[in-house]
Amino acid sequence: MLRVEGVSVSYRDFEAVHDISFEVSGGQWLMLAGPNGAGKSTLLKAIAKVLRYQGKVYLDGMDTARLKTKEMARRMGVLHQHHTPGYPYTVEQLVGLGRYAHQSFLSHADPDGRRMVDEALALCGLSGLRRQNVLTLSGGELQRAFLAQVFAQGTRLLLLDEPASHLDLAYQRLIFDTVRDWLQTPGRAVMSVVHDLQLARRYGTHALFMKQGRSVAFGARDSVFTRKNLQAVWDMKVGDWFIWLNEPWLMDKKG
Amino acid sequence: MWRGAGLLALVMLTGLVCVALGSVPIPLDKTASILWDGVLGRDLTGNTQAVIILTVRLPRVISVFLVGAALSLCGAAMQGLLRNPLADGATLGVSSGASLGAMLAILMGIQLPMLPLAGTAVLSVIFAFLSLLLVLFLAFALDRSLATNTIILIGVILTMFMGSLMSLLISFSGPRLRSLTFWTLGSLSGAGYAEALFLLLALAVCGLVLLAHARELDAFAMGEENARAIGVSVRRVKLTVMAAVSVLIGVCVSIGGSIGFVGLVIPHISRLIMGPAHKRLLITSLLLGGVFLMLCDLAARTLLSPVELPLGVVTSLIGAVFFMFILANTRRRAA
Repeated sequence: MLRVEGVSVSYRDFEAVHDISFEVSGGQWLMLAGPNGAGKSTLLKAIAKVLRYQGKVYLDGMDTARLKTKEMARRMGVLHQHHTPGYPYTVEQLVGLGRYAHQSFLSHADPDGRRMVDEALALCGLSGLRRQNVLTLSGGELQRAFLAQVFAQGTRLLLLDEPASHLDLAYQRLIFDTVRDWLQTPGRAVMSVVHDLQLARRYGTHALFMKQGRSVAFGARDSVFTRKNLQAVWDMKVGDWFIWLNEPWLMDKKG
Repeated sequence: MWRGAGLLALVMLTGLVCVALGSVPIPLDKTASILWDGVLGRDLTGNTQAVIILTVRLPRVISVFLVGAALSLCGAAMQGLLRNPLADGATLGVSSGASLGAMLAILMGIQLPMLPLAGTAVLSVIFAFLSLLLVLFLAFALDRSLATNTIILIGVILTMFMGSLMSLLISFSGPRLRSLTFWTLGSLSGAGYAEALFLLLALAVCGLVLLAHARELDAFAMGEENARAIGVSVRRVKLTVMAAVSVLIGVCVSIGGSIGFVGLVIPHISRLIMGPAHKRLLITSLLLGGVFLMLCDLAARTLLSPVELPLGVVTSLIGAVFFMFILANTRRRAA
């Protein structure tokens, strides 16, 4: 579904991403992890064509450099980390914008539009908030509204840039569970930048670890999440620290 | 539907009142009858009131309506594009740029053969577009996120800079001083049918371009990154909208001088009435902008009659207060 070949991204003299290659197929959730400044978000933005890059990105076998913006949006949905809506649109209007790529310049005809928006709202648990002003939503509700917009786009591939890193536990779980539910339909795939390694390991099927713009490990989740790789990427004994963090205090049901 | 019909009725009624009132008031029924006779092409020779209405007031009121409609439409489009409720030709320095272009055209005597209005308009449009590009370029260079406050601050700085250049030109203009001063104050007292037709053409073309981009403006209002993600060709839309806005502001300034704040005040009121979706917002802003400027023009020519106030002064007095109101509101919301 998504094939990335030798992608590099440079900001003037600084190479933020160096020669990254990987592939994402249907049913997979690829977690992109690494310390701050590893180039994860930069790589995601390059794949989404927000940043210029060297190398090749193929989507459904087609070179994305040749795909028009609308064609890209019909095949790939992108959810950014922060959102700042400027005006009091309703949640439904915001989600409806996800159908933009399916409408022609002059005609607004979109036979599937209504159904797709309703389904996206329901999947994100926003049916009851459809008439609510987006400026009055909490951070978690707003992120869910934008996630619903991405679902309404009707793509088979999702790119998520730290989708829940600024949200509280309940919303983190809601966002990740919703994406996992969405992924149950065959032929869909997700690639996301995630800081929380526990979330990445629990929800991901595959992982790509990055450090200083380079790929350190890529493959099926369990082959990447090894003590050796974790230590190599984060320069610390991540495994020991996680064991210390997760000592079985919750197993004591008395409290 | 009903709101749309109500707005159209408001436009017609305001237009009728503005044509009827002036230094020589004419009853509304008489005004309507003369206008109707004029539309049917009946002979009105010797009718003094008909002369006043058809040759003096009507072309002026039509021009005022079109300028108000165009400026307000531009404000609504820019506010959507930049996701910035304070964006307007005046606050972004675009009107000042257009005025400077018009001044230079007059001083250098630039004219196009057969098109007496076009020379000033062309330079106005070019300067309006360059000003807009300069504001966005400087804002981007200073603050890559193109934050609201940065854009407005640079717009204010650019307006002051252009104002200084205009003052410099005026002080060296000698006998042309009066016509140059006009650009800084704004007035449509000399507008005739030729000006109205020129404005109508510009509004028809650029207005349609802007209306055709209503959905894209909705997408920009949610953030540029998000607009790109849902499939909007960000650069093309930005350039198209900016070009249409520059042409409209340039043409308006070349005919009526610098008339500030219409594009700031009216889109806000329109948003309160029709909501933020641009399909309705742009049309409502267009109609209400025309109504607002017709009323401002009526005030300008009747409040201190026989002395006529410059139209730009009236709109700026109202706009400055409104600007403060929006700024305070934006700050409160941000807090």
